[in-house]
Amino acid sequence: MTFRIGPRTSQIIAHIILLLMTIVTVIVLFFIIGYVFKNGFAQLSLEFLTDRTREMGKEGGILPSIIGTLFITVLAIIIATPLGVGSAVYLVEYTRGGLLRKIISFGADCLAGVPSIIFGLFGFIFFVIQLKLGWSILSGSLTLAVMIIPTIIRTSEEAIKAVPQSYREISYSLGGGKLDTILKVVLPTSLPGILTGVILGIGRAIGETAAVIFTAGSSLNMPTSVFSSTRTLAVHFYILAREGISMPKAYGTATVLIIIILFVNLVAYRLMHRFMAKYY
Amino acid sequence: MKDKIAEKLLLFIAFSAIGSLLLITFFIFQQGIPLIFKIGLGNFFSMHWSPTRGQFGILSMIIGSLMVTVGALIVGIPFGLACAIYLAEFSSKMVQKTLKPIIELLAGIPSVVYGFIGIVILVPFIRTHFGGPGFSVLASSIILGIMILPTIVSISYDSLIAVPNTYREGSYALGATKWQTVVKLLIPAARSGIVAGIILGMGRAIGETMAVIMIAGNALKIPHSILDSVRTLTSTIALELGYATGDHRAALFACGAFLFIIIITLNIIAIRITGRRE
Repeated sequence: MTFRIGPRTSQIIAHIILLLMTIVTVIVLFFIIGYVFKNGFAQLSLEFLTDRTREMGKEGGILPSIIGTLFITVLAIIIATPLGVGSAVYLVEYTRGGLLRKIISFGADCLAGVPSIIFGLFGFIFFVIQLKLGWSILSGSLTLAVMIIPTIIRTSEEAIKAVPQSYREISYSLGGGKLDTILKVVLPTSLPGILTGVILGIGRAIGETAAVIFTAGSSLNMPTSVFSSTRTLAVHFYILAREGISMPKAYGTATVLIIIILFVNLVAYRLMHRFMAKYY
Repeated sequence: MKDKIAEKLLLFIAFSAIGSLLLITFFIFQQGIPLIFKIGLGNFFSMHWSPTRGQFGILSMIIGSLMVTVGALIVGIPFGLACAIYLAEFSSKMVQKTLKPIIELLAGIPSVVYGFIGIVILVPFIRTHFGGPGFSVLASSIILGIMILPTIVSISYDSLIAVPNTYREGSYALGATKWQTVVKLLIPAARSGIVAGIILGMGRAIGETMAVIMIAGNALKIPHSILDSVRTLTSTIALELGYATGDHRAALFACGAFLFIIIITLNIIAIRITGRRE
């Protein structure tokens, strides 16, 4: 006599197991953030955010890293946005399928999957050594810009595709040229979607470690120009934790980092949601 | 006239991604490949990594990378698929609308944070309860498994949702339960998307660097058990690039080139799979 589980029973068992596994996944992910916050919030103070870093991070605050992160991220976005958005405009407005489109899309998809340590190697040999930019904010930003171009291309492409065709036709019928239509109709309409891509890029740049540690270096001095070496928040946190310099400061830095990234991603998500609700 | 110039300029810009990819390929290979020819494939794929003595064998690191990647998949696939199936088929719209963005939001948590959690929680836990140094294949697999979850959940969920509703209705009309429909119909129908998600997750696990450095222990030997320390290709690059010069630096770029080939191959497979579906 063999014992068989009936379809109803297996349905119930499957439902319970799937539910439990989902709960475990969500709890683990929440636990990670919760654990860092629980230990990190106590470290946060005005002094921590506005003081110079002293004794390799054992004492003082994280102001140089906040400024460094800000510089690198802003510069990376300034470089990557025109390239990413321009590529997306070309893909949607100027190509009609075909090989060219395939090549451009393939490049973006492949670049998106390249791990950050490869970007680190590339940025180190190309920007730092060959172009003689040294360990600097500029080298770091250029490397990060290359890294976030695919994110901006993909999101902008979706946003530009979502602009109703009738908008373009109206512009043409009023005598608008192709460029006028793109600049005055397509881009303004798809702006929230494009911004989403840019903001996601910002989030990725802020959290990056492997690609910036070998291009921007790890100097704790206050950056004075784009040629200064700097230590971003993520790199500072990595060094504090790995070298065991100061666990409390590591928790504090991680908390600041996570809050910034969650905030940035949340803004991107809300923006995308509003945009999608309007055009899809 | 203005339109023509704009089109040319945009075409030039549109090549930024593929151009960067080619530039990256060129520089990584130009720096790394000559060394492989200089020392020979036998040396490069040997067990001995001792840069000061001119030995650049990366075999133990390849095995290390492979072990933590397989471990990550063992952890990540069941939980990732379970989540995707639950969200797509078993949960209410409310739950879907809340959990999906939360899981995607978590994809943005930097890898150093995962590594840090590994150091402060997982490594001590493994050390006390299972023995060994704690910095191990096991710790790396679990943390990497968690890190690739959002990728697997997100892509599998999207491909399950994309299966036309008529499939489900037909199956229910025949008296099948939800679970039977999932196993017999939806998973096979969404197979290509699910596989693509897993491949992309795999690429992420092989390429991950900072989290692995923090928890793998990085000893240069082949681990005999999952509680042993392990060193991956990526950790070797990141640990040694800061001070390496000459042949040693070239060897790190050769590691990078090897890694790059694997990742690009995985990417191409994933792109082809999803491309065929569209």
